Amino acid sequence: MSASYLEATARERILALLDAGSFNELLPPAQRVVSPHLGQLDAPVSFDDGVTIGEGLLGGRPVMAAAQEGGFMGGAVGEVHGAKLVGLIKRAIRKQVAGVVLLLETGGVRLHEANAGLIAVSEVMRAVLEARAAGIPVIVLVGGANGCFGGMGIVARCANTVIMSEEGRLAMSGPEVIETANGVEEFDSRDRALVWRTTGGKHRYLIGDCQQLVGDDTEAFRQAAMDALTALAQSGAPELTLAALESEQEMLRRRIATFGHAEDPMDIWAELGVERPETVPMLEAAAFTAMAQGLRIPFKA
Amino acid sequence: METLNFRFEQGRRRLKAAPELVGVVSSGNLEVLIENVDLKGACAIEIKTAARGFGAIWEAVVGDFQQRWQLADARISINDMGATPAVVSLRLDQAVEAMVEEGA
Repeated sequence: MSASYLEATARERILALLDAGSFNELLPPAQRVVSPHLGQLDAPVSFDDGVTIGEGLLGGRPVMAAAQEGGFMGGAVGEVHGAKLVGLIKRAIRKQVAGVVLLLETGGVRLHEANAGLIAVSEVMRAVLEARAAGIPVIVLVGGANGCFGGMGIVARCANTVIMSEEGRLAMSGPEVIETANGVEEFDSRDRALVWRTTGGKHRYLIGDCQQLVGDDTEAFRQAAMDALTALAQSGAPELTLAALESEQEMLRRRIATFGHAEDPMDIWAELGVERPETVPMLEAAAFTAMAQGLRIPFKA
Repeated sequence: METLNFRFEQGRRRLKAAPELVGVVSSGNLEVLIENVDLKGACAIEIKTAARGFGAIWEAVVGDFQQRWQLADARISINDMGATPAVVSLRLDQAVEAMVEEGA
């Protein structure tokens, strides 16, 4: 049975992702490890601080997995939330599991928690890089309504693989932030079609920020994550070398040089060779992926 | 924030051992954590809510709830962000349905 990934809660997503009955939650809600900051601000807390973490099996392979709950404070990363992610990734290294799967839905730092939140996000980034250095692949899934923004957008691009749906969004600054800072002429955050063209999964796939685009379906995400894990297990998770980073930097430099003048993502798609860019938002995932074959900028891990 | 506590003695229906969490702390919604704890047969409910001054309505909603289910040794903890009474009832029932033992 197909079920929407977008509509599911974090808890439902992680259960649908992993092999049935294999999920063992760490720091579950009953332990009540809640934010120490929100209470001081007289704001509601959540028993899991907005992130479900634990271990389980993915296609029979042991993994550590985390799912951020976009409904709680936009999935923003507070001190406890971040510490849970860091602890999980460090445990993945210690236990030498087959991989880490992060189901991200977040606006980035939880501003209520100020420096503690900022430090938490940077620690998550460092932990992801430590996992990669230890040869543990990190797979990121983005398909929630709030997208993946801010520091966690950077975390996503530190992973070996990013899997998105069209509905998922991935960027650094969110649309409202850009409009506030640079004006509505620069970016109209209320133009939803423009926002999705600019930050949504299809654009990310075409310009090489995401490795795979799937439909909005929990089973499709599960299958894609399993395939990615299998591929990484067979090839060995690629090491992050200076040469690899320099080539990524060069790709980004070329990308901005080639497309920096574009007014709309559709201009970029046209330059990539997409024949009818205006039809891109209407294509189903499979038809879109087939169309993009040979045109898109390849994703490099 | 406001904290409300309710306790109902001498329930009958038992819960399974492992706790359950339903719902999300988002606008107009709430999370309900339900646990099997030895409370000498009572059902204890603690509510932390962002909406102050609705104690009487909470009392009515949880009173109806306990009338429906007659829970024993049940600890229910709620984080609420302004859910309406109908949503609260729905979530409470959802939590119990995940927790009642077969044939109970």
